[in-house]
Amino acid sequence: MIYREAGQLKSSYEADQQIFPILQDRIAFLGLLAAAFVLVPLVGNDYWFNAILIPSLILSLAALGLNILTGYAGQISLGSAGFMAVGAFAAYNLMLRVPHMPVLASFFLAGLVAAVVGLLFGLPSLRIKGFYLAVTTLAAQFVIEWALTKFSWFSNNSPSGVINAQKIVILGVRFETPVRRYVLTAAIVALLALAAKNLVRSRLGRAWMAIRDMDVAAEVIGIPMLKTKLLAFGVSSFYCGVAGALWAFAYLGSVEPQAFDLNRSFQILFMVIIGGMGSILGSFLGAGFIVLLPILLNVAAHSFFRGGVSQTLASNLELMVFGALILFFLAVESHGLARLWQIGKEKLRLWPFPH
Amino acid sequence: MDWSFFLEVAIGGLLAGVMYSLVALGFVLIFKASGVFNFAQGAMVFLAALIFVSLVEKKWNLALAFAATLAAMVVLAFVVERLVLRPLVNQPPISLFMATIGLAYLIEGTAQGILGAQVHGLDIGIPDTPIQLGAINVSRFDLFAAGVAIVLVALLSVFFSKTRVGRALRAVADDHQAALAVGIPLEQIWVIVWTASGFVALVAGILWGSRTGVQFSLTFTALKALPVLILGGFTSIPGAIVGGLIVGASEKLAEVYIGPKIGSGIENWFPYVLATLFLLVRPEGLFGERRIERV
Repeated sequence: MIYREAGQLKSSYEADQQIFPILQDRIAFLGLLAAAFVLVPLVGNDYWFNAILIPSLILSLAALGLNILTGYAGQISLGSAGFMAVGAFAAYNLMLRVPHMPVLASFFLAGLVAAVVGLLFGLPSLRIKGFYLAVTTLAAQFVIEWALTKFSWFSNNSPSGVINAQKIVILGVRFETPVRRYVLTAAIVALLALAAKNLVRSRLGRAWMAIRDMDVAAEVIGIPMLKTKLLAFGVSSFYCGVAGALWAFAYLGSVEPQAFDLNRSFQILFMVIIGGMGSILGSFLGAGFIVLLPILLNVAAHSFFRGGVSQTLASNLELMVFGALILFFLAVESHGLARLWQIGKEKLRLWPFPH
Repeated sequence: MDWSFFLEVAIGGLLAGVMYSLVALGFVLIFKASGVFNFAQGAMVFLAALIFVSLVEKKWNLALAFAATLAAMVVLAFVVERLVLRPLVNQPPISLFMATIGLAYLIEGTAQGILGAQVHGLDIGIPDTPIQLGAINVSRFDLFAAGVAIVLVALLSVFFSKTRVGRALRAVADDHQAALAVGIPLEQIWVIVWTASGFVALVAGILWGSRTGVQFSLTFTALKALPVLILGGFTSIPGAIVGGLIVGASEKLAEVYIGPKIGSGIENWFPYVLATLFLLVRPEGLFGERRIERV
């Protein structure tokens, strides 16, 4: 009875087009934002910020990027971690080589650099489809990882290829403590998520979905294939690039190209699938799930075996449970966590009546 | 340019390519019959090799160990059909692809958890010594591997084109629903095809394992097989072989002749770039079926 749209009449186009058409959703969302920006910074501790909140937010952003490409535009990519690496190294080099570079501007430009690289590797998508395309995006993954390791210019001649991200200072405020880094990350992620939400509701987003559902038909009704597909690659890589820059600057502080290997790409793909393809919310749910799962498994394994389990068995156990859970999830709810949320909301609208 | 050196590199690459083809074959079999892009193929190679080497280390006879491992792969095929394929019928291909990544984790975790993560040496009695053919040296082991691959491909071709089961497999590959309508049992076909690719994985695992030692890195053979696959086309058995030969020869030649100019280590990605460029010209691979799309 509490959650329903009855009586919420729309009398203007603005009201009709808002992101959350139901008042209760708006209140809940504002509550969530308030919690994220006020409550969590007040009560959270360093472990939560460093080990859970910051990485899951950043990976949400990367998952969001991949979701735009895979979930909305229907192009499978296995190279997202490569574009994250481009973003991280581009931001580092911009800060290093351009005097008086503002950090936020370097993040933005790093995203653009990643977008350009993404466009380049997106070119084959015009002729290649499906799994053939997935395999060619692996080329992006391997070439980028190799280039960043091989050419020491990218890491400023650091012998091990590790870059140490510069300190984040915005308008004289230093973002060094976990709380501050968390707030900065959350703000960037929230802004970009808002942009993504609006993008997929726009003409471009609808064109992406048309291509996803059937590209030949989309072309027939006059959607420019070249422009639309390449934009999907560009925007997706932009998000991954910013995520990579944040990964280096706000999360780890120092990264090497191997931090963005193929496993990271798979991890992001899992987030999209488990969270829900073609859903902004799903990217966040999926990222939270994938980040929390190993931690929970670890805790569970330790309390269950009381420390009597060897390290190799524990890590293999983690691999097994992870694999099994993915299979379970795909079999039970292949539309992901976002779909569960959707079903829950539908149920809530009827509650307490059965029909 | 030194031609005998060029030939030696090229032939070494071709023979190495045969090994890639073996892994790619497993992919092709499953993709042909069920439309599943089986990322767990590498894990299956690892699992088969690990079971085989564990049995051999327990002083089992080679043939007996081979049979036992094959039995294990049959069990795996049943389990996969029951727990992975059947619940995911009618799901989009990407879900099935993700499922096979999950399956790969599951197999890798189980194999290492039970059989241990240490590197096993494997000796099947074929020495890896060079023999002289005119002016060039060729590894005896590579020749043996190439022979095995040829026999395997011949067997599979006969199986696919001459036997009743093989025809059913091709029917399923062509159209699931039509195959079901004429009474071909889809579940059985899946088990058969996963068994066949388990068999290929076992052969590949033994050959790779005796070359590099049985270790976790065997799972990466899947990554080597992917460019082979797209070069040859996902649905073509000869394509897997020819693709493997092209990838093997070109990556070795690229490493030797282009590598010094732009930096070494290009072996890892060169096949991918080559395959991508190739796909730009022929999007369905060398021998893939050309699809005509209609609205």
